[in-house]
Amino acid sequence: MPFSHRRAAYGLPALIAVSALSLAACSSGSSSPDSSSSGETTDAMEPVELSFLVDNTETSVGVVNALTAAYTAEHPNVTFAVEERPGGGDGDNIVKTRLQTGEMSDLFFYNSGSLFQALAPTRTLLPIDDLPNAGAIQDTFKAGVTADGSLYGVPAGTAMGGGVMYNIPMYEELGLEVPTSWDEFMDNNQAILDAGKVPVIQTFADTWTSQLFVLGDFANVLKADPEWADKYTANEAKYADGSPAIDGFVHQQEVYEAGYLNEDFASATFADGVRMVAQGEGAHYPMLTFALAEVIANSPDNVDDVGFFALPGASTDSPLTTWLGAGIYAPNTTEHADVVKDFMNFVATPEACDIQTEAVGAQGPYFVDGCTLPDDVPQMVADMLPYFDANNTGPALEFVSPIKGPALEQITVEVGSGIRTAEDGAALYDQDVEKQAQQLGLEGW
Amino acid sequence: MTDTLPRTQATPPEPESPTARTRRDKKRSPYPMWFYLPAAIIYGVLFVAPTFASFYFALTRWTIFDSEFIGLDNFVTFFSEPYLFQSLIHTLLYAVITSGLKVVLGLLFAVFLSSQIIARGYLRSVVFFPVLVSAVGVGVTFRVLMDPFDGLINNVLAGVGIDGPGWLTDPDLALFSVAFVDVWAGVGIATLIYIAGIVAIPQEYFEAAKVDGASAVKSFRHVTLPLMRPATTTVIILSLIGGLRSFALIWTMTGGGPGFSSDVLASMVYKQYQAGFYGLSTAGNVVLFVLVAAIVIPLFWFLNRKEVDR
Repeated sequence: MPFSHRRAAYGLPALIAVSALSLAACSSGSSSPDSSSSGETTDAMEPVELSFLVDNTETSVGVVNALTAAYTAEHPNVTFAVEERPGGGDGDNIVKTRLQTGEMSDLFFYNSGSLFQALAPTRTLLPIDDLPNAGAIQDTFKAGVTADGSLYGVPAGTAMGGGVMYNIPMYEELGLEVPTSWDEFMDNNQAILDAGKVPVIQTFADTWTSQLFVLGDFANVLKADPEWADKYTANEAKYADGSPAIDGFVHQQEVYEAGYLNEDFASATFADGVRMVAQGEGAHYPMLTFALAEVIANSPDNVDDVGFFALPGASTDSPLTTWLGAGIYAPNTTEHADVVKDFMNFVATPEACDIQTEAVGAQGPYFVDGCTLPDDVPQMVADMLPYFDANNTGPALEFVSPIKGPALEQITVEVGSGIRTAEDGAALYDQDVEKQAQQLGLEGW
Repeated sequence: MTDTLPRTQATPPEPESPTARTRRDKKRSPYPMWFYLPAAIIYGVLFVAPTFASFYFALTRWTIFDSEFIGLDNFVTFFSEPYLFQSLIHTLLYAVITSGLKVVLGLLFAVFLSSQIIARGYLRSVVFFPVLVSAVGVGVTFRVLMDPFDGLINNVLAGVGIDGPGWLTDPDLALFSVAFVDVWAGVGIATLIYIAGIVAIPQEYFEAAKVDGASAVKSFRHVTLPLMRPATTTVIILSLIGGLRSFALIWTMTGGGPGFSSDVLASMVYKQYQAGFYGLSTAGNVVLFVLVAAIVIPLFWFLNRKEVDR
């Protein structure tokens, strides 16, 4: 389980202007901050070893290793001990427990937005408002790592989109067009099935992958009803109320009932799914764009065979649902606050963006002013950027509402494998999120 | 107690000399009570205190730093959410299936392995071996073996022309598949207990039965089986408790899935804990505690009473 956005627990009650991301990709950065502004780091000469906890996905480890190595090259007295942890719920447990017991490493890598809020940042984390480069971090991202007005994290990695990965050679062979509405998508699926191929890949052995039909559909929900997230948080709107919110569940059921799924959907893993879409064993794989790292790692010859489009909704020209990248944080128990802050300052520079691009490839727009993407980005990223340029994006629900029930992935597995109907699943999920809302002490629940 | 002691007590009470009392206390226990203290402290701090604290926290909504008293709301939630309640049913089903199969298979293996057969020692270790492997190792291995398309089990079935089911991916089958693996991994303990029970039966009974003309089946029915009741009691109690709180195997094999179809109480509690619902997951643990106690204590009393009656 390499990724835990699926299980956002708490939320960020602020609508994030994800559209601002497009500026991140393109602006040339007039106020490009200086990376070597070590400021008042007085103990620069003493050897310091910083511990660093990171989840064990390809991308996260790659980013952290590259950043720490670059920092050590500039400051030979500072070295890092990078420690890996599992992702998903187990990883959340580790991070929370270590923060509570004061055992957290000097630096750690963790989700922004909802999961970040669940760490009780004001009590456990080191505020970094005085970071010289704090101004270079985009407000979009800052909103995802701010609690009670204080900034706690610097961005690592890039913005992500949740949509559909598709196999380009298969599209070319069958002469299909990229769909922008659900009906077009289903027509394509039928054409692919008629050609004797697998239209939609699902991988329920990694249950979190089952949620994309619902979570990735949220930009479509917002497009139909811009107030939906607020109403949802206030207990005035429900998934089971019907369209647009329930569409994600209904679509998942339609895809199953039409027989579009790969034969081994119940036992396939995330890695299987990425391999299948990259190597043409299936046409569509609903997924987050961070799967690009998996493509690069395990199907390097097929990187340009994989394209990407937003999960189609009822309207044409469906918007892309976007996720913020992860952040790097420090606990307030660290003994090397100055060095830690200097490192975080270094992460918030265009130089650090370039180091990340070199290490794991360009995966999307960065959140630091002055960061640029190379001209030859992988096809998936190239397919994603136009949505940002055209402002045709919407934030994922976990960045605009604190409510996310823990059982969504089980429910979407059930809907996606025909065990439960969409209506039933949506109603069950509405019941599931009540616990979360009550746990957060929200009004009206 | 020596038999002189009652007579001493029967004599008219006379003031005991301090030395006499000390001597008698010494006879009762050569060690002072406070020798128990270190163990009692560890037991109290690490077991008794958390257990009682959990009864309180089950009544709260509990975040990382605060807890708010909410009465029985957690229990209401627990019993009103369909899949939380369903996990209770699965738990009972799982415990009864695994416990029942372990009793039957354990007894059969034990009778077989305590008879005069070739390579008895080797076969005994084969039956016992799975017990030595960690549940997680067993779970991961069987998840691979039971893969519907690449797994060894279905490949073998395909070889003889049978289209094997999705052992762990069919919602109607998943719980039973895990229960089967649990029996495979745990039947060694039951067999061991039964072998010890059979070996402890004096040979004279069998000889007497033989002289009376009893067949092998009859001597099993009327000699072995009744005399195995203490062993049976132990096996039932142990395997039932084990089945009720089973977690590692289910978590590694299905994670409670597909959907909620193989969720038991322990896996549900773990998921609620992961989600940060510490109060609710503690309430689930209290339910599990009460359930185990409510089933096992009367059962223990019942089985042991029968033993005395006989």
